[in-house]
Amino acid sequence: MTTQTVKILNKVGLHARPASMLVNTAGKFGCDIKIKSSEKSVTAKSMINLLSLRAKMGDTITIEADGSDEKEAVKALTDLINSKFGED
Amino acid sequence: METFNGTGVSKGYAIGTAYVIEPCEKKSAAHTAGNSCEEAERLKGAVELSKRQVKDIAQKASRSLDGKNAGIIESQINFLDDPAFVGQAFTLIKGKNISAETAVSHVADSLYAAFSHIDDDYIKERAADIKDIGDRILKNLAGEKSGIDFENMPENTVLFAHDLKPSDTAQIDKSKVSAFVTEAGGRTSHTAILAKAFGIAAVVGCKGMLGNVKTGDKVITDGVSGTVLINPDEKELSKYTRISEKFKTENAKNTAAAKRAVYTKAGKRITVAANIGTINDLKTAISNGAEGVGLFRTEFLYMDRSDMPSEEEQFEVYKKAAQMLDGRPLTIRTLDIGGDKSLPYLNLPKESNPFLGLRAIRLCLKDTGIFKPQLRAILRASAFGNIQIMFPMISSLGELSEAKGVLESCKAELRRRGEAFDSCIKTGMMVEIPSAAIMADSFAGHVDFFSIGTNDLTQYTLAADRLNENVSELYNPMNPAVLKLIQMTINAAHAASIPCCMCGELASDEKAAAVLLGYGLDEFSVSPGAITETKSNLLKKASAGQ
Repeated sequence: MTTQTVKILNKVGLHARPASMLVNTAGKFGCDIKIKSSEKSVTAKSMINLLSLRAKMGDTITIEADGSDEKEAVKALTDLINSKFGED
Repeated sequence: METFNGTGVSKGYAIGTAYVIEPCEKKSAAHTAGNSCEEAERLKGAVELSKRQVKDIAQKASRSLDGKNAGIIESQINFLDDPAFVGQAFTLIKGKNISAETAVSHVADSLYAAFSHIDDDYIKERAADIKDIGDRILKNLAGEKSGIDFENMPENTVLFAHDLKPSDTAQIDKSKVSAFVTEAGGRTSHTAILAKAFGIAAVVGCKGMLGNVKTGDKVITDGVSGTVLINPDEKELSKYTRISEKFKTENAKNTAAAKRAVYTKAGKRITVAANIGTINDLKTAISNGAEGVGLFRTEFLYMDRSDMPSEEEQFEVYKKAAQMLDGRPLTIRTLDIGGDKSLPYLNLPKESNPFLGLRAIRLCLKDTGIFKPQLRAILRASAFGNIQIMFPMISSLGELSEAKGVLESCKAELRRRGEAFDSCIKTGMMVEIPSAAIMADSFAGHVDFFSIGTNDLTQYTLAADRLNENVSELYNPMNPAVLKLIQMTINAAHAASIPCCMCGELASDEKAAAVLLGYGLDEFSVSPGAITETKSNLLKKASAGQ
């Protein structure tokens, strides 16, 4: 299992567009991926679950992946979040 | 005539014909469940069809809308793959042996209810997307065509709906629809965002109007007050025809005015510049007719990150901004952090009086490791456009000469490195501390321009924290003491033949314009959204007075 804790840096937090980008990236990997906030843990492959985290700018979340491509998956998702989802 | 009230979320007036989008009737009862494999297959087919439809709509939208709005629609495709939505419906079909329709309705309804209760307005609005997708799958299961008859809509159509769904609005013909009215939704709803992007009127949260309006009714939509009139009488019609015409002329006038230059009666040119924080702000500023940037708040480059932005990173941003301005001046204010704005990675000590503490230029002079990379970045960018440097929070001549000394050492370093920069770069200071305003005549000989920051000048002069609502009555930039300091600053600038700008809130205050023009202010720098209004106001006042 690979885990990584990251901070949400983009202004709007995990709203529709960022959540959609996250789901699309997570969908490219075969491993199980979970996103954990302080309150709950959800699958990264469900947009609805991601939105229900209500992660805002400045919040910390943990990415947890389990499977053959877990390292690549965690790196790809971390990079995406750190890139602020391409927001200016 | 019937009147309904909601929230006006996009300014404008529309007198037109109603088109009512009926809510989708649930068809779950019409179909009795077959065996669970059959039902799963039916659902699979309906979901695939829905995906193709949404993709098609998203593509159309990306041609007529900006990318962000098209993105909202595209994100609906994710719902169609979502284990918590469609996945859950499949599970229900298998486990409970129910029809595909019942399963989809059940999941969509419970998700809709869950999202409606989230206390985040933006996420709450996504409930509309969920309902939209649920309705679409249900329609496809029933085999009916989805969509609204946009083809045969008359001009000046006002769309009425419980809530406008992104897939509905994506196909809207802008030349035919003149307003939106919905029963649901708030200021951040899809309806509000889209109406603003289209520049048409919109009223949301207009409860109880469905059922009282039918397609073909004559309606008036007032996007300013949030009033909707159905089958209005002659009196209201003529009143709103007048208001609407006036609004259109005002709008056209302001936009046209933004392209004209402001001259006083004595023939002096007054410029209207923009206060920006990001490249996006600059885009808006330029399209609104900014004649330059009077204040580039560089703090935003330093915020929301875990380390300092490098010289290279800053250079790229300043260079891009200078190039976008194409010769018009770009006034870059050096880092103004501290006070109410802190940076976690600087580890600044907690102060009991942050506004009177280590902030802005004081911090930069204390730690030139922060100051120098920024100055070098600004200097290097000055080779690519018309850049001016501005120091914030100067309170004494000693500080000013110290700051200028650091700037000179940065110039020397760049010369050693062989990097190009504008060796005549203009250097100015903010006048926002009373001591600087009082001694403005002494400062004027040492800088190329002044810029008055009225927000801080007011709170320091009146000793009233502008963020403290208990003393907000005392915080008044039109207080005679503050005005006197402003006048002294402008007079001192002109006596030394340097220009004086104002980049505080007061610059966009309609009531202050005549006074400031009277004092001889040379430049008004305002937020990008306030440029057209400020300019049209100045055009009126300048020709009437001085």
